[in-house]
Amino acid sequence: MTDARSALATRGSGAPVVVVKGVSKTFESSGGRTTALENIDIAVAPGEFVSLIGPSGCGKSTLLRLIGDLTAPSAGSITVNGKPARQARQDRDYGIVFQAPVLFDWRTVQANVALPLEVKGLARSEREDRVKATLDLVELSDFARHYPYQLSGGMQQRVSIARALALRPSILLMDEPFGALDEMTRERMNSEVQRIWEQTSTTVVFVTHSIPEAVFLSSKVVVMSPRPGRIVRVIDIDLPRPRTDDTRETARYFELITAVRETLRGRAGRETPGDVASAERTLAEGAVG
Amino acid sequence: MKATGRLRSQLPALVVFVAVIVLWELVVAGLNLQQFILPRPSAIAAAFVANWDRLQLTAGNTLYEALGGLAIGATAGVLTAFAVARWQRVREAVLPIAVGASAIPIIAAAPIMSNWFGILNPFAKMAIVILLVFFPMLVNVARGLSQVDESAVELMRASAASDGQVLRKLRIPNALPYFFTGLKISTTLSLIGAVVAEYFGGSNDVLGRVIVQSSSQLRFDITWAAITVTAISGIAMYLVALALERVVIPWHASQRSGET
Repeated sequence: MTDARSALATRGSGAPVVVVKGVSKTFESSGGRTTALENIDIAVAPGEFVSLIGPSGCGKSTLLRLIGDLTAPSAGSITVNGKPARQARQDRDYGIVFQAPVLFDWRTVQANVALPLEVKGLARSEREDRVKATLDLVELSDFARHYPYQLSGGMQQRVSIARALALRPSILLMDEPFGALDEMTRERMNSEVQRIWEQTSTTVVFVTHSIPEAVFLSSKVVVMSPRPGRIVRVIDIDLPRPRTDDTRETARYFELITAVRETLRGRAGRETPGDVASAERTLAEGAVG
Repeated sequence: MKATGRLRSQLPALVVFVAVIVLWELVVAGLNLQQFILPRPSAIAAAFVANWDRLQLTAGNTLYEALGGLAIGATAGVLTAFAVARWQRVREAVLPIAVGASAIPIIAAAPIMSNWFGILNPFAKMAIVILLVFFPMLVNVARGLSQVDESAVELMRASAASDGQVLRKLRIPNALPYFFTGLKISTTLSLIGAVVAEYFGGSNDVLGRVIVQSSSQLRFDITWAAITVTAISGIAMYLVALALERVVIPWHASQRSGET
């Protein structure tokens, strides 16, 4: 725990892990050209927990996929750990969690977690040690030999988080990981992620459209607007850590939720009515789940 | 517990089967039907016992054609499926033809195969079976190899997996349920193909010829006995494929009924 605390103390300082500079992304289709992202600049410091939030179509998932080199930018550059995103992906610098758990049906829980370790070519004994340690971390050791279909949705997503952490990546990319879960499970998973984040020194980039989730988890919330996707404002979340269920009832928590909400709405207010509607839809989703 | 449970679940089917046999026997006796219209089950059983040696020999030869054709055709179908899944161009060229070809009544080509390979050559029958099972195997396995969850491919890319690793760890396991779907269709098809191809002539020591000859002599008790042997062989082949599936892909949804 001392290690984790000293790691916490140094969080947010040092050379940035992710640098996004002047990035734009356009998609060509038969219907014409869509600008998903326009002139995005972000830097993520080591150990930070950064959430990208905004209504549908603001390009938050696209930005995450650009950082992970799952798609290429139309303009600008992305640097991860001081190297181009492609190199970082090939060096296995990050782990990724999607909205769906994407577990392989034919593999047990432990074999699913071992997948990236096998791909990297680690020896069996090392794989077994890492799988055991990672399953301990997400508290699923009792289910190591179960198949995915025998687990609940929340547990499946925990397996997928374990798989992303198995290689001990310096960055964890999470694309609306709890969007498909009910509110109760979601809150539990948020506490879980926050505990895992505190125990490891991983930097997290987290895409969500839930305002409470973003505020509870993050050290920084990046508020985005759609058509074209832009960054409206970056809000620092200064809630003390460790954050617990009690944090969700503090005045500061509600202040910050309001700040994020008003940023989303304020931006929409100055834009077209269509944007108001989509921003408010997001707010409704944020409030409910 | 499990064995008695399984027996209980299959009991209704067993009861219906026995009832049909008994009803059949009673109807034939009651209506005084001639044996060349519909023989009694007891007469068929007698013919079965009396012709056991010949039925055994002919069933062996027919199964040789069916299983040989199944093995060659399925292997060729699977190999072609890999090429189809690997190269976009091959896929675009081959798949539409394969889907179309599986709708052709290939059995009609049996006389041509006899002409090509010799009427007494068992391979002439195997060739029909090969053609019959090739397309369903190709189409199913190609689908399984290429219809992979897009996120799963991205996950592999995020782990910097090579194409070979994506194939071995994702595409092939994903294709296994499709392979077994194709195999189960093919076991039935292979026996139908072999028996019907035999109708068009060739060696007399095969089930298809026993059926043709006995019926032309109005010995329908023997015809029914031969059909029963064909049916049992087909069911046995299907059950072997089913058992294989259960062992190889216990994780698949089709295998999970009654669990958890």
